[in-house]
Amino acid sequence: MDDLSQFKQTYFEESAELLEVAESGLLRLSPDNQDMDEINAVFRAVHSIKGGGGAFGFTDLVAFAHEFETVMDGVRSSTIPVTTDLVDTLIIANDVLGRLIGHAQENTPIPPGTTDAAAQALCRFLGKTGAPTKSTDSASAEATSATATATVAGAGAGAIPAADDGRKTWCIRFTPKQDLLLSGNDPSFMLRALERMGEATIDCDVSDLPSLDHMEPENLYLKWTVQLLTDQTKAQIEDPFEFVAEEGVVEITCLSETAAGPTAAKTETASVGAVAVSGSRPEADSGAASGSGQLTVYSKSGEAGAKTAANKGAGGAPPTQVAGHTIRVDLDKIDRLVNMVGEMVITQAMVAEHLRDLPPGEFQELLEGLEQLAQHTRELRESVMSIRAQPVGSVFSRMPRLVRDLAAETGKDVVLETSGENTEVDKTVIENLVDPLTHMIRNSIDHGLETPDAREAAGKPRTGIVHLSAQHRSGRIVIEVSDDGRGINRPRVLEKAVEQGLVPAGASLSDEDIDNLIFLPGFSTADKVSNISGRGVGMDVVRRNISGLGGRIAVYSAPGQGSRFVLSLPLTLAVLDGMVISVGAERFVLPLTNIVESLRPKHADLHGLVNKCDVMMARGEYVRLVYLHKLFGIPGAVEDASKGLVVLVESEGDGRLGLVVDEVLGQQQVVIKSLEANFRRLDGVGAATILGDGRVALILDVAGLQEMSQHSGSGGGVRQISDLASPAAVPLLRAS
Amino acid sequence: MKKKVLTVDDSRTMREMVSFTLKGAGYDVVEAGDGQQALNALGVNKVDLVIADLNMPVMDGITLIKRMRATPAYRTLPVLMLTTESDDKKKSEGRSAGATGWIVKPFDPAKLISVVQKVCG
Repeated sequence: MDDLSQFKQTYFEESAELLEVAESGLLRLSPDNQDMDEINAVFRAVHSIKGGGGAFGFTDLVAFAHEFETVMDGVRSSTIPVTTDLVDTLIIANDVLGRLIGHAQENTPIPPGTTDAAAQALCRFLGKTGAPTKSTDSASAEATSATATATVAGAGAGAIPAADDGRKTWCIRFTPKQDLLLSGNDPSFMLRALERMGEATIDCDVSDLPSLDHMEPENLYLKWTVQLLTDQTKAQIEDPFEFVAEEGVVEITCLSETAAGPTAAKTETASVGAVAVSGSRPEADSGAASGSGQLTVYSKSGEAGAKTAANKGAGGAPPTQVAGHTIRVDLDKIDRLVNMVGEMVITQAMVAEHLRDLPPGEFQELLEGLEQLAQHTRELRESVMSIRAQPVGSVFSRMPRLVRDLAAETGKDVVLETSGENTEVDKTVIENLVDPLTHMIRNSIDHGLETPDAREAAGKPRTGIVHLSAQHRSGRIVIEVSDDGRGINRPRVLEKAVEQGLVPAGASLSDEDIDNLIFLPGFSTADKVSNISGRGVGMDVVRRNISGLGGRIAVYSAPGQGSRFVLSLPLTLAVLDGMVISVGAERFVLPLTNIVESLRPKHADLHGLVNKCDVMMARGEYVRLVYLHKLFGIPGAVEDASKGLVVLVESEGDGRLGLVVDEVLGQQQVVIKSLEANFRRLDGVGAATILGDGRVALILDVAGLQEMSQHSGSGGGVRQISDLASPAAVPLLRAS
Repeated sequence: MKKKVLTVDDSRTMREMVSFTLKGAGYDVVEAGDGQQALNALGVNKVDLVIADLNMPVMDGITLIKRMRATPAYRTLPVLMLTTESDDKKKSEGRSAGATGWIVKPFDPAKLISVVQKVCG
């Protein structure tokens, strides 16, 4: 069995998938919803876990899985009715099974009592009491081996003392049923197996063979008698007939224990028998030699059969692997690939940089080649990134369980709706989404949704809805968690924030500012700490996680109608298409996905608002201008927008903004280097990159710039942006 | 010439284990994840033996055996049921559908090889 231990890893991976399948199936199971397909899927999952577990000798796991499976079998055959109690028990059983697999995987001992409660609960549905029985598989296996031993012992006991070489002569009478061939059994294999055991004399009885006219080609009319001189036991002699040994088919008797050689006179008959065997089996050699018998069979069965036979005969046809068109690759290998692509992007930019200075015309082919290289690099980058992309559904699928547990804990009726599960996003992003989403859903159910009675009193349906959605929007993934609860209780949030010293007393904050208070570290409205929430380590952690991924979070709330949390995350964390711009001596990169257009405004289009920002008329609408040189304190830049350029940018849902820059230098793929990992977080800056000439350039975060500009105006002079803790804290500082 | 075995199981672990064991014993192995895939595989491979799990999505093992037996080309092709069900009900259901024999999971590699040899040489 050691040979097979190499498949343990596959088993654990597959089991993890199966546990998820079982869980999601069970979560959808209810007295009102008994989808047979789902029930079968759960049964199969548990069944497969048990089957594999048995192969690796995980006895406790197998025993428990067996109980679980037996109950599922009862559900499947409708002998066990689906009740809420049953579903709860099954879900817990699934958890216990997961823990058992965990112990098996880590090779740690299973703590005593791990399965007791769950197994007893399962037993209740089986009409049994007390401790779980052993798996009947192993029980019956034991029984089988006991029988086998008994047989061997019996043979030994009945045997006459053995001859010198221990061999005995046996007589085996084999009278197969006529339809034996139709079960795929082939007597010739059985007879050959006997031949291998010792000296065999095989006698074929053809007396039942009908005349050719009456012969059914697929029927077996032959009987055999074998005299075998062998040292094998009766059980071993019976073994080749395991699948055909029904009553009266095989008779084995011991003729003598002496080493007397069998009579060799019947060899001729034996060979006749062998011919008869292959002749009577239409497909004896799988259609290679097409006897007339075979042709008769096919023509009788019509064209369809003949076609299938033809297909089958075309043995050269390819696919040998039918199941699955995927391979599993170590993540490290992909990361290495991603890294190399990143380096290649930089190198390509470097080459492009150097070639820019060449005299035009002379190196046309080289430049064309470079152009192609850039194109291929971009495609390569996209392909590599798509390898890492996974549907966000893998995270979403964990949430129904959470919602169910929370609903039970809080006594609220909650339905979770999801949409956009197939939206693909980078694996790293996916992995880091679990915690924030868990927090947000907890928050929605614990704080957002009302109790069923309160909902009814407010004229809403008793069941609250939490909606989880994902979609791609302008090169980012946007995930929303919304509920139809009571909305953020602003007076209370403000009161708590003042109480906790997060906001000075008497400060006047806008609704939006108050909503954003919930993201402050240490903020909590809960008076007592519960399992679910109230430790004040909720939403600020969420925001930190999200911004660690280069994302943003916003909250929108309407009293009495609900709240909506919007997460916006980059699709990938490695490379982006950017536009390089210059401001003074500095270079910045703007993500291409944010750019609408760039233009040189006329003087008449520019308007200054007193004590406010400058605006510009662009395509019939006023756009707020942000002077990057002022924002970042860069000397020597073009100060008049009509002499420089305005790049119109937009981010999801927040309207447009005009960035005043000196020059637009060109489009380029840039490799994202985290600013936080290497320096620290800066508002308005998403990350950094290395340009072709080796200079570091900052990648601007358009939404961040938008937030900054809203709170500062464009004329505010140099802002100490790094002093601000975060965008949400901005209004607080102003209020104080 | 190597004999070719088609292993049909929705469990990847089980397929890989059967495949590994039989390849080690000198067989060619083709894999399929359910009964329907198995029928497709039979269409393009010259197979000497099918080892089929019984509980599978899309098309279960019993249906697969029945479908095979209803097709002239596979009427006498050996099919082993690979199953954890030790109860005789499943076994006899398989038998009457036309299964050649059975292997009880969890199997011991040597036992698997010996059963395979038993029915396809």
